[in-house]
Amino acid sequence: MGAHPPASTPPALSLEALSFSYGDRFALDGVCLDIEAGVFTALLGPNGAGKTTLFSLIARLFRPSAGRIRVGGHDLGSQPNRALARLGIVFQQPTLDLDLTVGQNLRYAARLHGIAGGRARARIAALLDRLELGERQRDKVRELSGGLRRRVELARALLHEPPVLLLDEATVGLDVPSRTRIVDDVHALAARGVAVLWATHLVDEVRAGDRVVVMHRGAIRADAECGALMRQLNAPSLTEAFAALIGAAPPAAARAAAGVGP
Amino acid sequence: MSAIGWAICFWGILVREVLRFVHQRERFFAALVRPLVWLLVFAAGFRAALGIAIMPPYQTYITYEVYIVPGLLGMIQLFNGMQSSLSMVYDREMGSMKILLMTPLPRWYLLAAKLAAGTVVSLLQVYAFLAVAWAFDIRFPLVGYLSIVPALVLTGLMLGAVGLLLSSTIRQLENFAGVMNFVIFPMFFLSSALYPLWKLEEASTILPRIATLNPFTHAVELIRFALYGELNAPALAVTSVALAAFLALSLVGYSPARGLMHRRAAGGGDAG
Repeated sequence: MGAHPPASTPPALSLEALSFSYGDRFALDGVCLDIEAGVFTALLGPNGAGKTTLFSLIARLFRPSAGRIRVGGHDLGSQPNRALARLGIVFQQPTLDLDLTVGQNLRYAARLHGIAGGRARARIAALLDRLELGERQRDKVRELSGGLRRRVELARALLHEPPVLLLDEATVGLDVPSRTRIVDDVHALAARGVAVLWATHLVDEVRAGDRVVVMHRGAIRADAECGALMRQLNAPSLTEAFAALIGAAPPAAARAAAGVGP
Repeated sequence: MSAIGWAICFWGILVREVLRFVHQRERFFAALVRPLVWLLVFAAGFRAALGIAIMPPYQTYITYEVYIVPGLLGMIQLFNGMQSSLSMVYDREMGSMKILLMTPLPRWYLLAAKLAAGTVVSLLQVYAFLAVAWAFDIRFPLVGYLSIVPALVLTGLMLGAVGLLLSSTIRQLENFAGVMNFVIFPMFFLSSALYPLWKLEEASTILPRIATLNPFTHAVELIRFALYGELNAPALAVTSVALAAFLALSLVGYSPARGLMHRRAAGGGDAG
């Protein structure tokens, strides 16, 4: 985990009492969360917990019905451009243009952020090199495997060097080696000082030392370092702690008290 | 972002629009063949049946082929606007619209840039069509080939804005064909593209009134006069007002508070 910023620095991402509903159906209910630089924060929640809705609010695709979002101290409602410039997002749904090449997709994204010419070329080359995609630059995205496409999306999210990186179920549909590779890459980014918010329902993507925020039915149910969370719930594994928090299974302590085996 | 950053962003949107157009060869051929069929088949068949009296901006009798060219230029831009709209609905379905909407620039600028890029693509199609028409000896004063540029930019933006507005209201790609039929055909046939309004008056009293309210009529007349180096001020005014209105409504449609992603998610698109 990277060094924490001084106390006076605003959180990299701050969600203040965030609520949102689809018509009558509440999707988020008063979510409060601060994401710090250099920390890999896993937002763990089952399908339908509200993770994607939360990401859509942060990406300004929806407007919250209540609450506030700040990115690096900039209010997303009143200073959207300053806030958005500090965000890199990999959405759950693929967002690459399949008919363009890897290079064309990345140049397009770089230009949207005002980066062109030699600066764009250098940054694209460095990212493709880091993510071992250098040889695929001229390939159409349509020809790439799911894992490679995800890495291209990760490269695109990092093009403008955002201090905050959000990934929503970024490994959905990938095989184990591809998943491991992307989880490794993103942990490495957190170690370099990037604030990472990693939404997932797969507990094996969380590593020791990661911060874990458990979300269920639009509200935050727990927020602690991975090991501390297991200790709090007296759970032998994060899987059990997670299941207990979302009501899928009783915690180990409760099972022991009830005389039920593991 | 600096002013140069804004320009780079526009360049990025334009390059992507052109790349997509170049990759869709069928789209280019359809854009060219459609008006050519009207010009070389329909107009040839109707030239004897439809006599065109001397009327501004024409100084003398003209052939029917010459008359319908401005309408066909408008038709190219109308179809291009609908094609851009279709491509925006596709982008939304495929998710790539999110990348555009997350750009750290005002949304009005992003949508205007998208419109302008679509207009540039329509200009490429218009000049390809004019070149083929030239080859078939359907020609205009040389100055007209230059003086139509500002008119085509305005009409391209206005018709693109119609498409943009439609794209903000259409939920699914499957619904697009129906909407196009309800927009393209009435706009095209209830205008002065194929026949002058006085000709329409001979057949009906209501139809010319509807045609006068149709912004496409004014777009065609703006192009028609510009082809002869003349300005049709009323057409310019109506086209400009229509552009402003369609653009403003599109901005409402694409606002985060009322945006399409909202409706999509409400429809069950939200998985997490």
